[in-house]
Amino acid sequence: MTHPEKAAAFVANDARMHWHDQAVWFVRQKRDVARAAVPEWEELRSLASQIKAHALSRLADYLEQFEKNAVAAGAQVHWARDADEHNRIVHELLAARGVTRLVKSKSMLTEECHLNPYLEKHGIEVVDTDLGERIVQFRREPPSHIVMPAIHLRKEEIGELFHDKLGTPAGLSDPKQLTEAARGHLRAKFLAAQAGLTGVNFAIAETGGVVVCTNEGNADLGTSLPPIHIACMGVEKIVPRLRDLGVFLRLLARSATGQPITTYTSHFHGPRRGGELHIVIVDHGRSRILGREEYRNSLKCIRCAACMNTCPVFRRSGGHSYGVTVPGPIGSVLAPHIDASKHQGLPFASSLCGSCTDVCPVRIDLHQQLLAWRGELAARGLVPLGKRVAAKVGAFVLARTWLYRLAGMLARRFLPLIPPRWHAWGRQRDLPPMPRESFREQWRKRAGSR
Amino acid sequence: MDVALFVPCYVDQLYPRAGLAAAELLERHGARVHFPEAQTCCGQPMANAGFFDEARPLARKMVEVFEPYDHVVCPSGSCTSMVRNHFDRSLPGVEALRAKTRELCEFLHDVLKIRPQGRFPHRVGLHQSCHGLRELRLGSGSERLVPPFDKVRALLQGIEGLQLVELARPDECCGFGGTFAVSEDAVSCAMGRDRIADHERGGAEIIAGADMSCLMHLEGLLRRDGKPLRVMHVAELLAEATA
Repeated sequence: MTHPEKAAAFVANDARMHWHDQAVWFVRQKRDVARAAVPEWEELRSLASQIKAHALSRLADYLEQFEKNAVAAGAQVHWARDADEHNRIVHELLAARGVTRLVKSKSMLTEECHLNPYLEKHGIEVVDTDLGERIVQFRREPPSHIVMPAIHLRKEEIGELFHDKLGTPAGLSDPKQLTEAARGHLRAKFLAAQAGLTGVNFAIAETGGVVVCTNEGNADLGTSLPPIHIACMGVEKIVPRLRDLGVFLRLLARSATGQPITTYTSHFHGPRRGGELHIVIVDHGRSRILGREEYRNSLKCIRCAACMNTCPVFRRSGGHSYGVTVPGPIGSVLAPHIDASKHQGLPFASSLCGSCTDVCPVRIDLHQQLLAWRGELAARGLVPLGKRVAAKVGAFVLARTWLYRLAGMLARRFLPLIPPRWHAWGRQRDLPPMPRESFREQWRKRAGSR
Repeated sequence: MDVALFVPCYVDQLYPRAGLAAAELLERHGARVHFPEAQTCCGQPMANAGFFDEARPLARKMVEVFEPYDHVVCPSGSCTSMVRNHFDRSLPGVEALRAKTRELCEFLHDVLKIRPQGRFPHRVGLHQSCHGLRELRLGSGSERLVPPFDKVRALLQGIEGLQLVELARPDECCGFGGTFAVSEDAVSCAMGRDRIADHERGGAEIIAGADMSCLMHLEGLLRRDGKPLRVMHVAELLAEATA
């Protein structure tokens, strides 16, 4: 199904759509409040954008510096060209150590690589320990939002799910009690785990350390109990220096959830005593984006999801309508790099209102990139034939004043005669009342009468 | 001062009253208004859908049509932004056209520096069109942390009896979005209805805005749903208030 079809299905449930819109908008409002407490907000955005621009401009150097320092601190670094290689590396690490039970904290990269099904196929039990991620894992569906993976579900639905999966009393929908049940369930998983996997929010070239930001403490538990920690990161997670981190930490949680900072900001410099730390650095299409100037900015993304929370289309179509791990404006910019033909509809799933661009903490020109993609898709012939024909005909008519006037006159006469159900404008909207005379006709008369 | 009016194609064909009101306003403030008849469309419908090559000849035509004038004024934030932000700058004459093209409210506020006085005893909801707001910066917008300003609102401030209603989401998109309105009509209409509901809750009788395209979409929904609200271009409102 295309984005418009899935979006229409989401919109059709008016109550759910409005509830989703309100829930996500609430987070945007919390972000506004948190941002207002930082007078230098716009300067921070510029700094963050510049630091990322710099890091991306010499990414290879910084990655090698990071590797050197990470290895010096006792970590082992692995390089993965793409999702397959990433999955293979993680599996080999686990298989070689006889691991059959893995706990994971939230990692959109591993979602992007479809690591869970790969490991499960190889007989490894994978337990997502972020509450939202665990919920969608139980439901066998992908996250619908990168920060709030289960934002599309109501607490009553989670009550039913937990009744089924965890044996909580039927009809329980109290968030605190449901969370307690999940805690108990997850505690057992943590204690039984032989390895823990986390994502990476920032990798510091200067120190070789990785930083993981969470709210639930699950990353810390998952890396403190089992002896093996695997941290998976995209190549773009690099920041040059430790002191750059302050810029990003001040922006990240405020933009994501309106918190001044995440509850836990965990730094990993080498493995814990007697343990192993493996860092898997993944490209998976990122260097291709780096090579394309008009899209390069999108690699600055720190995955805060502010663009999703502010996007009026995302809030009304739901994350699953995008059909990719990272939905919303940033996802619609990133996905076509992986498969332009499959995701050709996503750059059009936007009214180009530009709110994403203004909300982005690292100043990614998101709506301009969506427009750039439209241009590229059109140029590569990846948009539907009807649109191509309409554009050609439109351009032909509009380039000739006489023809434009004739077409306008005919449109005013005959458009109202077409049954509204026959066109997408008219399904839910009336056409404007058609004036008998255009502006230019009236202008001529006005000039003549003076 | 001589001003060339750039009337967007859909205003020319569907909302001539907005174009006439814009001319009226400019004349009332001392401008000699010209309407170069060779003009058609800035090419936004094609460009917005990604057909940049198809849009390019229309940019050339715009440059040619408005070449003789020092000021080009357009009663649409979106079409003004097309010229200023999306025309191919490597085309000859585009830089000059960009420099002299202004959206109507922007021109009244920044160039003529007028603060209209008049009377309009109605409750009005102001719809901020996205391209005017975020691409032309007619206002500060809710996302950024900058000193608040709003050029469209400033023009309405001196009108006696005009009550601007409070909106829960003062600058959310209405869902028009050009081709988006038809390619994603379900979401587009949901967005529009939510905007209308916000204006209704504020008690608006009229939804006013500087972009007739947003208003055409909202009007289409209002009429289909049989709602008593009506839409007005800011130019119409100001022309009526200051008559």
